[in-house]
Parts: sequence; C-alpha cells; structure tokens
Amino acid sequence: MLIKLEASAATKKDAAAIAGKFTVEKQTEFRGELTLVVTRAQFHDIARFAKDQLGYTYLVDISSVDHFGEEPRYEMVYELQNFERVENLRLKYTVSEDDATAPSVVDLWPTADWHEREVFDMMGITFPGHPDVKAVGHLRRILMWDGYPFYPLRKDFPLAGRDSDTPDVAFSRVAPLAGGPFVTAPSTGDTQEREPRSREME
Amino acid sequence: MSTPVAYDSKIEGNIIFTKLDSAINWMRKNSLWPLPMGLACCAIELMATGASRFDISRFGAEVMRFSPRQSDVMIVAGTVTYKMALAVKRIWDQMPEPKWCIAMGACASSGGMYRSYAVLQGIDRLIPVDVYISGCPPRPEALIEGLLRLQRKIEGEHSFLAQKPALSAALA
Repeated sequence: MLIKLEASAATKKDAAAIAGKFTVEKQTEFRGELTLVVTRAQFHDIARFAKDQLGYTYLVDISSVDHFGEEPRYEMVYELQNFERVENLRLKYTVSEDDATAPSVVDLWPTADWHEREVFDMMGITFPGHPDVKAVGHLRRILMWDGYPFYPLRKDFPLAGRDSDTPDVAFSRVAPLAGGPFVTAPSTGDTQEREPRSREME
Repeated sequence: MSTPVAYDSKIEGNIIFTKLDSAINWMRKNSLWPLPMGLACCAIELMATGASRFDISRFGAEVMRFSPRQSDVMIVAGTVTYKMALAVKRIWDQMPEPKWCIAMGACASSGGMYRSYAVLQGIDRLIPVDVYISGCPPRPEALIEGLLRLQRKIEGEHSFLAQKPALSAALA
C-alpha cells in the first residue's frame, strides 16, 4: 500500500458525519490518518455508529496513555479500520483519575475483550461493561498474574518494579538497575568486548 | 591428579579396580539427560546445540526429556518472568536427585537486560545453579563448554562417600 499524504474524501466524510451527530472536540490529520478527540460519555454510541453506519468493522487496537501530572490523567486511543477502503480512523477520549472507567466495546468488536483486559492490567482503567465483570465480578489480568497489586505502565510506577507476594502464584522483587553480572559495556570495541559478561559498572 | 581407574592388562585380565564414586560419576556425567527449559531466544541456541552441526550427543546429553521425572539437568534457557518462575521451580522440584542446573545466558543468570518489574533477576534466586553461561544468547560452543564444566564438577562429587556414615550407622 502506498503511503497516503492526505486522508481520502470518504474518510473525511465519515469524520464529518461523526461531527454532525456527536461532540468532536478536536480533529487532526497526520499522514493521511484522521484522529478525532471525542467524549467518554458519547464514545460507545460513536463506536456503534462508526461500525454499523460507516463500515469501520475492524478494531485494530486499543491503547491507553498516562499523561501523569495533567488532568484528566488518562487517554484512551481506539484504532478503527474500514476493511473495504483499508483506511484507518483514530478515536480518542480522556479519562480522569478519580473516575478511571471506560465504556466497553466488546459488544461491538469481540476482539476488544483482550485489549481491554490489557488496558486494565497495565494502566488500571476498568471497563464496567466487560464480559469478565458479568462473569466473575471484576476484570481479570492478562499479562501479569491474578493478584498482582500494581499497574506497571503508569508513569508513577518505578521501572525496577515493586515487591509483591501472591502465595502459590508468583512474587516480584525490585530489580537492580545498575551493575551486577552480565552487563553490557557501551563502547566502540568489538563483539568480544561488548558481549554481556560478568563485570561491575564503574 | 591420580587416575581414577587402575588397569594393567598384563596381570589383571578383564578386571579393573576403581572407586564406586568414580564409576558412578563416570556413568552419570556421560549420560546427562537435559530438561530443556526453553523460555526465550536461548532455546533456539539450545536446539542448535542438539542438532547435527554441534551435536550434543557427542557428550551423552542428547536425550532431551520433557518429563522432569526422567531428566538429570535442567537447562534454563531464556528469560524467567515472575509469572513463569514458580512453574520452573515446580518442575525443578519434580526432578529426582541427583539433579543439576545450568543457567544458560544472561537472562537466566541475572535477568540480563531485563531490569524490569516482570523478570526474575536470575534463576539462582529460586533454584541452585551449578553452571552459569554468559552470552546473549550464548553460542552452542558455549553451552557445550558449560556442559563439559558440569561434567568436570560431577567427576569430583563424593555422593557415596558422603552416604557412608549414614550407611554404617544403619548397619551397626
């Protein structure tokens, strides 16, 4: 596929259709892809409209962003694709720290199941409409183990991790961030010199 | 170092004299059955070591066993995440004695480049390791060198000598 420099007229028409029916706070275009910033309250209706009326039948990805220190703190990003035109549309909305919940779209795109579990696992945003909530009362973790108490992708979570203990399941300890055996030494030397091996950092 | 086996063909015919420990260790070190705990890219090098070019069977360790009950040496090849760590420990506990462990590569030895919330910083925090192999990943030659070091270590073990006091106490 060629790199598009501008969004197609059809995609722009779709964005205008969404803006005509719902609140669109901001619309940006980058390398032929449109991004619409919408509101959390309307998001589920917008998603349904985009899927059923505009033909964005494929949900490529869901991700979350932590704007630590800003309010609202979190941002959800949904990447939709129109399968017939092979064109993407990105929808974003913000989620505040005090009410870190987001509407589930598993009823529209079943693939959202694991994506939403990952957002919960890594960022701690919950999805009250997720099938896990109906089945077991809460979202299950997907990358970390059930019982892990932290949300590692939040900006206030240290890279080295934190101590945790889940008896018979797993534990975690703070990782040393410098020195130790098998460290690489950045240098212009050959592979013999750069190979990770036992040495203490200066 | 004195030779562990004394044999003089002129006077002894088909009889050799050796220590029980030496004979047992000789058998053990030349028929190590590895448990391939392949967790990341090191496992690819482990497979290459088992394949024809490097051919780990030259050292008697070609019988990869996926059942812990049948294996002697656990080769931890790759990144041990905390989620996997207790499973590795459980499989190690299921292996019968005598057993050994090779930590293959930087990750299994120390967490490697993964200084992170999700990765165990060395499998030696959970199970005793006999041989560490550096490299990311180590070449098959390095793994074979590690295996030879382990064989040398097994040569020097005194398992029966260590059991002798208990045996004499039981017989008395």
